[in-house]
Amino acid sequence: MRRPKARGGPASRGRGVRRPKARGGPVLAWAVIAVTLLWALVPGLFTGHDPLAGVPAEKLQPPDWHHPFGTDAVGRDLFARVVHGSVHSLSGALVAVAVGLLAGTLLGLLAGSAGGVLDEAVMRVVDVLLSVPGLLLALTVIVLLGPGTVNAAVAVGVGSVAAFARLSRAEVVRVRRTEYVEAAFGSGGGFAAVLWRHVLPNSLGPVIALAALQFGVAILALSTLSFLGYGAEPPTPEWGLLISEGRNYLATSWWLTTLPGAVVVAVVLAAGRISRSVGRENGREGA
Amino acid sequence: MVLLRVEVAAVTRYLLSRVGQAALVLWAAFTAGYLLLQLLPGDAILIKFQNPELGLSPGQIAEIRSYYAPGSPFLDYLRTLTGFLHGSFGYSIDTGTPVVERLGEALPETARLASAAFLLALVIAVVIAFAGSHSRTSWIRGALLSVPSLLVAVPAFWLGILLIQVFSFRLRLMPVIGGSELQQLVLPVLTLAVPVSAPIAQVLASSIDEVSTQPFVPVVAAKGASRWWILWRHVARNAVLPTMTVAGLTFGELVAGSVVTETVFGRNGIGRLTEQAVNAQDTPVLLAVVVLAAGAFVLVNLVVDLLFPVLDPRLRAAS
Repeated sequence: MRRPKARGGPASRGRGVRRPKARGGPVLAWAVIAVTLLWALVPGLFTGHDPLAGVPAEKLQPPDWHHPFGTDAVGRDLFARVVHGSVHSLSGALVAVAVGLLAGTLLGLLAGSAGGVLDEAVMRVVDVLLSVPGLLLALTVIVLLGPGTVNAAVAVGVGSVAAFARLSRAEVVRVRRTEYVEAAFGSGGGFAAVLWRHVLPNSLGPVIALAALQFGVAILALSTLSFLGYGAEPPTPEWGLLISEGRNYLATSWWLTTLPGAVVVAVVLAAGRISRSVGRENGREGA
Repeated sequence: MVLLRVEVAAVTRYLLSRVGQAALVLWAAFTAGYLLLQLLPGDAILIKFQNPELGLSPGQIAEIRSYYAPGSPFLDYLRTLTGFLHGSFGYSIDTGTPVVERLGEALPETARLASAAFLLALVIAVVIAFAGSHSRTSWIRGALLSVPSLLVAVPAFWLGILLIQVFSFRLRLMPVIGGSELQQLVLPVLTLAVPVSAPIAQVLASSIDEVSTQPFVPVVAAKGASRWWILWRHVARNAVLPTMTVAGLTFGELVAGSVVTETVFGRNGIGRLTEQAVNAQDTPVLLAVVVLAAGAFVLVNLVVDLLFPVLDPRLRAAS
C-alpha cells in the first residue's frame, strides 16, 4: 500500500513551529521493538509461567501482580502466552517481509534497469497484484498452500510484493539517471556490475523504510489470518489466536482479548514510527 | 471546429487506452487466479465426495469431476472465461448452486455495510484532517494528526471485539442478538470505517498542509478572508484530488475489512462467503470473488482517474 507523505517534508517547511519532535518517538518505538525481540529470544527472563500448562484452580483470573495479564479458561498465564507468542508473530512477519522484499525488489530492479518491454510486462504483473485486495490474495495463497504459520507468512509476503516492486523500480529509475551512474558506465563498468555496486545500494533507502512499515503491516495481517483460523494452530500462543480464543469469554473476561490486542497495536505502531524516521533520515518520504 | 474534433479524438483515444488497460489487468487477474486454483493438490470435489461413507469409487469421482469440468483443461479455461464475460460464474462445488446465486444473496448485505462504512470513514477523515491541520494549539494539532497512524495499527477484528465488549456487554447499548436492522449495523460499520478512514485522513491532512504553503493562500488572507473561508473555499478544493486517489485505493481495504467484520459480527455477506469458500476449497466461488473484487477495484480507480479532468479545469487544459 502506498503511504502518504510523512510529516516534516517540504510541505511543512514554511511553518517551523510544527516540526514534530524527532527524538522521543523513535526512542520509545525502538524500545518497544527491542522488548518484543527480547521476549522472542529469552522469554524466560520476563515470565516464570509456562505458556502451555495451565493451573485449573486459577482459571479466568483478572490481571493482578501474580498474573499481569490475567489467566485464560484453563488457567494459563496470559502474559506468559503473549511473551512466548512473540516469536511466532515476529518470525512470521520477518518471513513475510523477506518474501516481499526479495521478490519485489528483484522485480523492481529488473523492470527499472531493463526498461522497454520487460519493464512494461513486469509493471502489468504488479498492476494485477495491486488490483486484488491484500486479504483475498493472501486467502488465495492459503487455499493453494494450505493453512499454517509459514504458509500464512508467505501469503502475507506475496501481498506486499507489488508495493516493493513499484517503489524499488521508481528508485532504480531515479538513480539510473544520476551522473555518478553515467560516470560508472562511462568508465567502463559492466551493466551488472554498475547495477550491483551503484544502483542497488543507492536505491535501497526508501525500500528499507517500506520494509519497516511492512513489518508492522505483516504482524497485523498475520494476526488477522490466525484469527480467521488460517495461521498457527492451537495451543500455539500466537497473538491473533489468543484474541480469537478470548472471544468466547467476552462477557466476563475482558483481558483475554483486550491485552494481547494492545500488544499488537503497540508493536505495529512502533514499526510504523521507525519506518517514518528511517524514511526521513533518507531525506525522502517514508515510502 | 477542426480543433474540437482533434480534441474529441484525443479524449476518446485516452479513454479507450485506459479502459483497455483495465480490461487487460482483469483478464490477467482472471487467468492467474484460474491457473493457480487449478494447481490445487486436493480440490473441492475430493473434499466433498471422498468420504468413504458415500461409497463412491474413484471412477465415479472422476465422472463427477468430468461433470463439473468436462473436456481438456484449455477448453475448460475458455468456457470459464466466456462464462465470466457473460456474467455466469459456474457452479459452487460446495452447495451445487450457481455461484451467481450465492453472490447475489451475499452482495446486498456487504454493499450496505461497505457503503455505510465508507461514508463514515470519509466523515471521520475530514473531521480529523480539518480539525488537526487547523487548530492553533500545537499539541492538539500533533495529537489529532497522529490519530490516523494509530488507527492504521489497530487490528480490525480486535476493534470489533472491543466494541462488542464495551457497547454490548458493559453499557448494554447495542443488543448482541436481535435488535433492529439499524442497531445491528452500527458496530460493524464503525469497525470497518476505522481502518478505511486512516489513509484518507493522512493524505487529506498532508495535502491541506501542502496547499496551505502555496503563495495564493497569503494573497487571499491579505484580502481579508477568514481562516475557515480559506480552508473551505481554497485549500480544501485543491486538496480533494489526492484525497480522491487514496479513497479509491482504500477499496481493497474495504473488501478485506468486510471479511473480518462479517466474521466478527456473524453477518452473512461476501466476506462470510469467501471464508466458507476457502474452508471448502470451493474454487469457483473463490475465483469469482477474487475477479469481482479486482474488477470493482480497477473500475473504481478508473472512474477516479477519469474524474480528475472533470473536477480540475487545469488538468482539462493540459490534456
